[in-house]
Amino acid sequence: MSKAITVENLSYTYPGVEDTPGVTVFTDLSLAVEEGSFVAVLGGNGCGKSTLAKHFNTILLPSGGKVHVCGMDTSDPNLQIAIRRNVGMVFQNPDNQIVANVVEEDVAFGPENLGVESSQIRARVDGALKQVGMYDYRAHAPHLLSGGQKQRVAIAGIIAMEPKCIVLDEPTAMLDPKGRREVIDTITKLNKEKGITVVLITHHMDEAAKAQRVVVLHEGKITLDGTPQEVFSQVEMLHNLRLASPETVELCYALNQQGYELPLTELDPNQCAQILFETFKKQV
Amino acid sequence: MLKDITLGQYFPGNSPVHKLDPRTKLVMLIVYIIALFSAVSWISYGLCFVFLILVVAISRIPPKSLLRGMKPMIFILVFTGMLNLFFYAEGTVLLSFWGITVTTGGIIRAFFMVMRILMLVSATFMLTYTTSPIALTDGLEALLSPLKKLHLPVHELSMMMCIALRFIPTLIEETDKIISAQKARGADFESGKLMEKVKALVPILVPLFISAFRRADELATAMECRCYQGGEGRTKMKQMHYCGRDFCAFGVGAVLLAAVIALSVFGL
Amino acid sequence: MTPIIQVEDLQYIYSGGTPWEHTALNGVSFSIQRGEFVGIIGHTGSGKSTLIQQLNGLLKPTGGKVLLDGVDIWKDKATTRQARFRVGLVFQYPEYQLFEETVYKDIAFGPKNMRLSEQEIDRRVREAAGFVGLTEKQLLSSPFDLSGGQKRRVAIAGVIAMEPEVLILDEPAAGLDPEGREEILKNIEDYRKAKNATVIMVSHSMNDVARLTDRLLVMNGSKLAMDGTPDEVFARAEELLRMGLDIPDVTRVFLELKKLGLDVPAVYTTEQAAKALLRLKEGK
Repeated sequence: MSKAITVENLSYTYPGVEDTPGVTVFTDLSLAVEEGSFVAVLGGNGCGKSTLAKHFNTILLPSGGKVHVCGMDTSDPNLQIAIRRNVGMVFQNPDNQIVANVVEEDVAFGPENLGVESSQIRARVDGALKQVGMYDYRAHAPHLLSGGQKQRVAIAGIIAMEPKCIVLDEPTAMLDPKGRREVIDTITKLNKEKGITVVLITHHMDEAAKAQRVVVLHEGKITLDGTPQEVFSQVEMLHNLRLASPETVELCYALNQQGYELPLTELDPNQCAQILFETFKKQV
Repeated sequence: MLKDITLGQYFPGNSPVHKLDPRTKLVMLIVYIIALFSAVSWISYGLCFVFLILVVAISRIPPKSLLRGMKPMIFILVFTGMLNLFFYAEGTVLLSFWGITVTTGGIIRAFFMVMRILMLVSATFMLTYTTSPIALTDGLEALLSPLKKLHLPVHELSMMMCIALRFIPTLIEETDKIISAQKARGADFESGKLMEKVKALVPILVPLFISAFRRADELATAMECRCYQGGEGRTKMKQMHYCGRDFCAFGVGAVLLAAVIALSVFGL
Repeated sequence: MTPIIQVEDLQYIYSGGTPWEHTALNGVSFSIQRGEFVGIIGHTGSGKSTLIQQLNGLLKPTGGKVLLDGVDIWKDKATTRQARFRVGLVFQYPEYQLFEETVYKDIAFGPKNMRLSEQEIDRRVREAAGFVGLTEKQLLSSPFDLSGGQKRRVAIAGVIAMEPEVLILDEPAAGLDPEGREEILKNIEDYRKAKNATVIMVSHSMNDVARLTDRLLVMNGSKLAMDGTPDEVFARAEELLRMGLDIPDVTRVFLELKKLGLDVPAVYTTEQAAKALLRLKEGK
């Protein structure tokens, strides 16, 4: 399979202001994201996950090393627009990325910038809004929508550009549980049905658990990398990084401390209940 | 609450007036204003009035909302009326006190002036009531596009208008929140002398400005991420086309203007 | 003993008499004793944010009463103003309300409005800063130079410095990573213990609320739907799900175990869950 994003020996230092020294985030980071995959980048505040995301569509350029997106070198200024149309970004605050005061006009913003023909824009906008389940709201004013709805409009605005990859930087941090579910369901669907590569930056374990692959970032270094099952079963390691596994795993882990031998790979509550039932019913 | 203020008084609808091209409506407004200012007689004022009534009727905008919109204008209307009534001396003197005279000419002139303002404001309302802000900005951009040749930033201006319209409700909501939060810390915005009141605004304005700058910064990044590079090479989802009804409107507008000018030439 | 807060048949209608009329609170009654730690949960639009703004007199009820220490807070102007100081309210994302040049001055804003003496203000600012773990050096820096989590703590200190008898917090941990959440929640618990204050915390995160509080109020459709200890409320976990609330994964696991036929109680933390299962085994 080909790579959507490759990061090779990336180093990055935020330039210092006046006399203050710059802040180094990465010294030697390498990562490759397969085309069509759904990768969650997990880590606490200040671990560099947002800085990494900004390298994926040329908002930041590497101080050292290379970042390639769909085979294009991000440090080549001539490729900037080509890269940005292939890698859409969704940010944390839904309010600050919606440009127009009508939903469909906002979704049209990207394709309009790309100079897509009018009739085609209409089709793209309608299609994108249907995919995120916001078509019925196309004539609404964005400020009257809920957080989850606004974020879905922002996602529609990205898919209307028909990118190969979407990078979401903590898209649910400001949302309530319902909004979070809406957004995560939407991106899971886009990945499955449209084959769009998804990179989800988050600090919510349960969201990362929905991905195919979880990359844990800590102080600018990749500390864990694997399927959610592989990563979350490393309970002690995660605790050392001051992160927690999903509760199902934490429960099994706590029981294992008491001498049980439960698998640490069950992320779904119902499945986990099945396993616990098998273990604990024998006593009856 | 600030939130209750309704901004952007667009009344969505499907009437022929709503469906007119925004450029047509903008041009028609200008034509109408010229006609209003050329009108000198009862007949020409009557023509303008009838035209306005027709437009309101066709648009199916409830006349009540027009009247409600006039509320903030009351002061100006009364002031204009008084000024013309008391200080325009022509015709028969009806009343005279404290050196002020009220004449028949004054009454008629006051009436005309008030009507002129009323009709002008109503016509402007008809434009904003029947045209979405986005369509309006698009229309303005299209009409002003010849000025691009003079290196005037027409696209940038319309983009700014569009973003301002988008963020006004957001910032109003934010102001509301900040006011509540500072009140919860005991800030007092009601009592005190003028200077104290002005000082009391600092805890609201500073966070509001900081937030506005932060939003602007994030929005700029988001726009760049969506490949925004200015007006060059941009297309539009909704293209504007003049169609039959626009030409009809232009026709009616031309007739109105011609009639009013002709009437004033003949001194009617 | 007179409850510190008593709410009687509270009703609040937004924009009454206009087409935008909307009932946010309807017939809400409860009372809170001094020193209690109460959690309020409910989905967006359930009326919980409106409710807390009634408790310190920011919004005036359109029906019913709010009594503070047995006295109607709307009795007269002075009582209402006093209520603002006696009931401290920390809004959601409070860091966006900072405005002063230094952290110290910002924390002092509330106490200054109370017209306290210079010495008393100084004592309170330092004490409040201590509760949220701000250093002497940070007190003199600009609040805008701090990190997001630190700004949040400055804002909370700004309310704590008024030494309110009742401290209300709306989503104090929203948007923070797990480590940041823990710290903020610990700060609040420290304040409560030190001052024997009453604390009311609004949150979407059932885990945080249930773990910390003695009592939960569940809002649904502008009404008070449940009022009880976390154990009592989580025993009705299925109802919570029907209200569209997110229940912790372990609670889900235990619901499923119960369905499968295991005799388990309702739980909301992994520790409880592990203990319950171990007990089950020992008991038989």
